[in-house]
Amino acid sequence: MAILVKRESRVICQGITGRNGTFHSLACRDYGTNMVGGVTPGKEGETVDGIPVFNTVAAAVKETGADVSIIFIPAAYAKDPILEAVDAGIRVIVCITEGIPPLDTAAALHVARSNGRTLVGPNTPGVISPGEQCKVGIMPGYIHKPGPVGVISRSGTLTYEVVDQLTKNGVGQSTCIGLGGDPVVGLSFIDVLKMFRDDPETEAVVLIGEIGGSAEEQAAEFIKNELDKPVAAYIAGRLAPPGKRMGHAGAIISGGSGTAHGKIKALADAGVTVVENLSEVGAVARSLLE
Amino acid sequence: MNLHEYQAKELLAARGVPVPRGAVCYDALEALIAARNLKTDRVVLKAQVHSGGRGKAGGVAVLAMDEDIRERAGEILGSRLVTNQTGPAGKPVSALLVEEVLPIDQELYLGVVLDRNTGKVTIMASPDGGMEIETLAREAPEKIFTVAVDPLMGLAPFQARDLSYRLSGDKVIAQQLAKIITALYDVYVGYDCTLAEINPLVVSRNRVLALDAKLNLDDNAEFRHPETERWRDRSQEDSMELAAHKDGLSYIRLDGNIGCIVNGAGLAMATLDLISLHGGAPANFLDVGGGASEQIVYDAMTILLDDKRVKAVFINIFGGILKCDVLARGVIGAIKKRGTELPVVVRIEGTNIEEGRRLFEVSGLSVEMIPSLNDAAKLVVQKARA
Repeated sequence: MAILVKRESRVICQGITGRNGTFHSLACRDYGTNMVGGVTPGKEGETVDGIPVFNTVAAAVKETGADVSIIFIPAAYAKDPILEAVDAGIRVIVCITEGIPPLDTAAALHVARSNGRTLVGPNTPGVISPGEQCKVGIMPGYIHKPGPVGVISRSGTLTYEVVDQLTKNGVGQSTCIGLGGDPVVGLSFIDVLKMFRDDPETEAVVLIGEIGGSAEEQAAEFIKNELDKPVAAYIAGRLAPPGKRMGHAGAIISGGSGTAHGKIKALADAGVTVVENLSEVGAVARSLLE
Repeated sequence: MNLHEYQAKELLAARGVPVPRGAVCYDALEALIAARNLKTDRVVLKAQVHSGGRGKAGGVAVLAMDEDIRERAGEILGSRLVTNQTGPAGKPVSALLVEEVLPIDQELYLGVVLDRNTGKVTIMASPDGGMEIETLAREAPEKIFTVAVDPLMGLAPFQARDLSYRLSGDKVIAQQLAKIITALYDVYVGYDCTLAEINPLVVSRNRVLALDAKLNLDDNAEFRHPETERWRDRSQEDSMELAAHKDGLSYIRLDGNIGCIVNGAGLAMATLDLISLHGGAPANFLDVGGGASEQIVYDAMTILLDDKRVKAVFINIFGGILKCDVLARGVIGAIKKRGTELPVVVRIEGTNIEEGRRLFEVSGLSVEMIPSLNDAAKLVVQKARA
């Protein structure tokens, strides 16, 4: 069953004629995703290797029945495409773009939430459900395999590292979701944990967090009180000095809060198996299922 | 980008926020003249550095007019200030803010920040100002009043008024507070701040003024505030961090001797943690990013090779968008150009891995290629010790 993106998801790419938009739309299609169209204003009638391009999201939805969108539009202009997708009825919006001013994200998220839509990201590698052959993102498809573990992460390549280990340990994935590295993002750990809790195909969860904010601590509270499935976690940033932005805009320890140690403690207290050595996450996840 | 106190005060004063009379000075004589021009009993000399905790570090001095203002100003101006936030190297004092000392009847706290949990700009205020907000949040959270602003509506006058009357029942004070709250919110949103703080906001004989001001501007929004570039003070930043930033590299200096190159911020942080777990000490955090070109990888490797503290280099790459052969070419190019005796341990996975490995193998360089992440980390720690 998986969550968020499935076999029957109909996906459009906003920014499809840009270099990244084209590359990744085709890569998603190769993986098995139904890439039904793309949007670049002024280029309606063109195709990208057979994928039709539309001037507006509304036109794309009308023609293709798309319900999911992936956005590859530069940060300075990325708020409006999110608003446009909401207005056109898109259910799940995956915003890959990094570098969006947080106030823009906050406004777009407010609109998405008020309309009951799901924003994934921004600054996310995307979402993939291997068993549904549906990839809406930039992650390398080949490292994934179908299976019973849900993966939720704030990172990109760190997620690939973990997924690669899971697969090599024989542990497949139901859905892998990148929440995004920004301070304000759409889906939170709790939002996704709820979906995994209610997904019969997901038997365990791997949670990948990092310094900054309190999302992991809040997730710990939820796990303690409302989730029966086993959870393993890895938290990056034990060595991060306070006050420094460690790559991700959201990865910053400020005023003593948001430290890796605080998150590790909260999760461990909630019964989560927190892995200290990154190279052991795969083996630990396998043992959780046994 | 962080602003100095005097820059933040200029910005806020232009928006109608009262600040103490004062002048920013760059040498001791200038400071003395500025002090005399204030025609006041006492002046405060405030070191301008991008850091809190300046007072405890000796960067703030209150002097009567008959004390040696010039000497004290000269001492502070010529120094590097080491606070609990700067690290042991401290930061150079760029300038001195010379201000009148005012009688303080009450110290309040006022701050604006985008709440990560709610996605709303939130105003925090407290009748107990002057101390770190985090301390107050820990010890007396009930003394912090917050107002969450609707992203589409903006700050309504009644919200500013509500907050003001909670801080002070006195109409004269509350009216001034409401204006200041509104101005600070407007600055936060208008300049895309990550933080806007007035701490303490003081009541001095029925006047409300910002005794200190802190504004941090969001890097992601720099593109739409080009006029703020004139406030940038590079002397307050680590020079290697600045140089890396030009290439779009995220680089943070740490204290150890193992230079690191990784693609992806989360994986980069995790790599540091793994090195530390095995008893090593990373010299830096460095994320080349997903879209790195051969030139950017070359530049990143060059930064490490030029860092005299580095005794061994660890390259950990999981190639998604970044291809392993592109990485290999950049690294090999930099090593060949600089020539180095440093041990280099490479662990690569992902797109074009075979070609990447092949390039390293035929390069003729003594680079250790270790497929296992754990083994690679252990090896580089060993090499750094040798």
